[in-house]
Amino acid sequence: MSVRVGEAAGAPKFPKAAKELIKNAQLRRNVRHATDVIRNKRARVVAEMPDWEELRESARQIKAHTLRHLDFYLQEFEQACVRAGGQVHWAKDADQANEIIVGLLHAHEAREVIKVKTMTSDEIGLNAALELAGITPHETDLADLIIQLGEDKPSHIVVPALHRNKSEIRQIFRKKMNLPDLGDRPEDLTNAARQYLREKFLRVKAAITGANFAIAETGSVCVVESEGNGRMCISLPDVLIALVGIEKIIPRFQDLEVFLQLLPRSATGERMNPYNSIWTGIAEGDGPREFHVVLLDNGRTNVLADPESRETLACIRCGACLNVCPVYRQTGGHAYGSVYAGPIGAILTPQLQSMRHSQSLPYASSLCGACYEVCPVKINIPEILLHLRGKVVERGDAPILERLEMKAAAFALSDEGHLELAQKAGRIGQIPFQRDGVIRSLPGILSGWSAVRDLKPIPAQSFREWWAARKQTER
Amino acid sequence: MLISLFITCYNDTLFPETGKAVVAVLERLGHTVEFRQAQTCCGQMHYNTGYQAEAAALMRHFLDVFRDAEIICSPSSSCVAMIRDQYPRIAAHSGDPDLQRAIEDLIPRVYEFSELLVDKLGVTELGAFFPHSVTYHPACHGLRALQLGDKPIRLLREVEGLELIELPEATECCGFGGTFSIKNPDVSAGMLTEKIRCVLESRAEVCTANDNSCLMHIGGGLSRQRAGVRCLHLAEILASTEAEKLA
Amino acid sequence: MVGGAKTDGTMTIKHQILERIRRAVPDYSSMRESQYEAITRNYRQSGDLDESGRIELFTDRLRDYGAKVYRCAPWELRSVIGEILSERRKRGLVIARDLPEDWLPEGFEFVRDKGLTYGEIDASEGVLTGCALAIAMTGTIVLYHSGGEGRRALTLIPDYHLCVVYTSQIVETVPEGIRALAPYSVAPLTTISGPSATADIEMTRIQGVHGPRTLDIILVKA
Repeated sequence: MSVRVGEAAGAPKFPKAAKELIKNAQLRRNVRHATDVIRNKRARVVAEMPDWEELRESARQIKAHTLRHLDFYLQEFEQACVRAGGQVHWAKDADQANEIIVGLLHAHEAREVIKVKTMTSDEIGLNAALELAGITPHETDLADLIIQLGEDKPSHIVVPALHRNKSEIRQIFRKKMNLPDLGDRPEDLTNAARQYLREKFLRVKAAITGANFAIAETGSVCVVESEGNGRMCISLPDVLIALVGIEKIIPRFQDLEVFLQLLPRSATGERMNPYNSIWTGIAEGDGPREFHVVLLDNGRTNVLADPESRETLACIRCGACLNVCPVYRQTGGHAYGSVYAGPIGAILTPQLQSMRHSQSLPYASSLCGACYEVCPVKINIPEILLHLRGKVVERGDAPILERLEMKAAAFALSDEGHLELAQKAGRIGQIPFQRDGVIRSLPGILSGWSAVRDLKPIPAQSFREWWAARKQTER
Repeated sequence: MLISLFITCYNDTLFPETGKAVVAVLERLGHTVEFRQAQTCCGQMHYNTGYQAEAAALMRHFLDVFRDAEIICSPSSSCVAMIRDQYPRIAAHSGDPDLQRAIEDLIPRVYEFSELLVDKLGVTELGAFFPHSVTYHPACHGLRALQLGDKPIRLLREVEGLELIELPEATECCGFGGTFSIKNPDVSAGMLTEKIRCVLESRAEVCTANDNSCLMHIGGGLSRQRAGVRCLHLAEILASTEAEKLA
Repeated sequence: MVGGAKTDGTMTIKHQILERIRRAVPDYSSMRESQYEAITRNYRQSGDLDESGRIELFTDRLRDYGAKVYRCAPWELRSVIGEILSERRKRGLVIARDLPEDWLPEGFEFVRDKGLTYGEIDASEGVLTGCALAIAMTGTIVLYHSGGEGRRALTLIPDYHLCVVYTSQIVETVPEGIRALAPYSVAPLTTISGPSATADIEMTRIQGVHGPRTLDIILVKA
């Protein structure tokens, strides 16, 4: 299996990427504004729910249960879907999924395909594979359209184009949609997108969608959306292909009652999002004549194999963790170098790749715990971050200087004698750096600290020395 | 009561005044404080950076030192969170049932300072006097891991002369995060700027918290910017009296 | 086609993936069904409101979305539809093949969908349907694309949707709604909670991207 998570394997390390991105004033302002808006809306609609914690707990249990019996539920899904006239394919990795999808489209001589938002397709690099095969993909989600036409990358799970302001979007639309007189109010831009896409919805014969949930009991697929492009893509064309990560399975139709309450409130701060579509196989006289599901592994079985971090796969892609993450709010999504950004991205991206890449991501966190508080399925992200840091060190991938420093520190802290020696050494060693009772500059890796902070010098007498002296005088 | 102080390695070295303040407050309340010299560190820095084996060794040392202490008190919410949340995991990984039992037995006896005062000793009024305006920053570990709630606020409210001002966007992380501030200095600095902005917006003279790690970071930034705002650990404010005023 | 067409060595891809799953979760047990039943569900599974309370809540939510809500008795339905169409200056609507004839007022052109092209639906002035049920708490209408609602394209392509909801079809909570849908779980289902919206442009919520931009609801109290 050769796992690909977008371009994460070759992405620059988080600190390096972040350093550049935080210089971008527009990005920071937009990220701040967008996350403020959604998190406040989320807080209001969650506060309305007297049983929010109960819903979270049930969701956590449903997902944990499903992951424990994933092989059963996947097979149940396949049987039910096929019974209803669907066709199910299995793809072990990105390349295989792309091959299957291209193959299906070629069999129908499709030169174009309309796409509903699916991060899974970004994960496997589907658009590039389609273009290579002579098939033009048209993104239909407004934000994804902005990204596609702007030849850009998404920076948030739910509002991928939040780093763009409306003048930029207007420029992109003017150029790529050939609308030189386009106004710049959000309504003008949305109208332009509506016209541009409507023509495609009514004409293009093949569509690709993701899935928010795939129901094992009935073989149904559920797509949760706001704009209506999802409804267009799944019900108007002749051929529909759904790319579904194997972790999207839920056991029964009734389980929707839990997730359809948690997802809209967490993702967009609404009691219910405008449109949900649920369909099973083929419906006679209504919608596509052919329906294919591509079940995707691409490293999910790697994540499944670690019982301590398996719950990462419970994620329902609401983005709530991004909206409260103080680190994400500084940098936006691009710093993570992955289609999955923010706290969930920091744990999912490296695990899909068996910890071989994206090793700086588990460290891209101050462990404040805000993400865990808002996760609708109660993924203990801080714990998993710590667990993954342990894995990085265990693999021997920690920087050598750090390893030496940690060993030295462990030695210094191993008993009181060593600690007291280290304290004395520190007091002496700091002398060259002290000026007027303050340390303003430190060497080596500590220079990052002193770049923006003063440090009070190590006091002449430690607590333990004070205590020992006090005991002496008491005698 | 006999209360065993776990000062923590960084308080011992960098903030002895906080330890002295804890001792002063507890003695004022009539309790006896002991300090076991053999103590060193809870292992948080190593554990949080991924060095679990080294952290496990430090955990065992902590256990050796405090195994038979009746009450252990620490003025560091992050260290208490390490002990309460992570020690059971580390012990479980060791596969050593005796170790697991010993840790299980130890944990209920460990208190963060404001927890000790409010929950265990049942006091909020400490005879403290501190005539300054103060804003309180809830350290993330105290806020979310230990669920301290309003205990520190209740303690501050009882301090005579103290004007308590709410910190805007209080629950946002200050950006210290231990080795995070070293490994991600730019983002940490960005987060610090946000926190300082909020501290200055409060117009308080003093910023306090129950964790010197946050205060070292926030205070270091305030000092660099010559902002004229002091940082003081909660214990030092509570230790300040009419007779022995904190300047 | 079951099983995955591709093979890779001796095992199909499907079986390779299933094998990886089984190896990843060695605590697999045969207690699956009882474990599923044991999942705790302490969330609200039913509402407290009576019918008038549900109606009020539902109406409130719809108004929040900017949908217009009309109320009438069953015998008034036909004329109310006529009034609304006049008010909206519509000469006619498309309707599902099996929409009840006695809903349709005189003087308007109702075209039944017996195989309309997308172009023909697009050229229409709007669509009239019933629904499967409605959920008060979230202001949601659910279509199960049966005889009275028609295929999905019919309620998607037009710019105007006039929907008839009988007050007895309104449940309060989402769990009640989902459970009432159980018999239709393999039908195509669409839930509609207000007109479409996006907040992708500087977080300004714009209504009506795709799908009907105007939604009128008639609440019929039996």
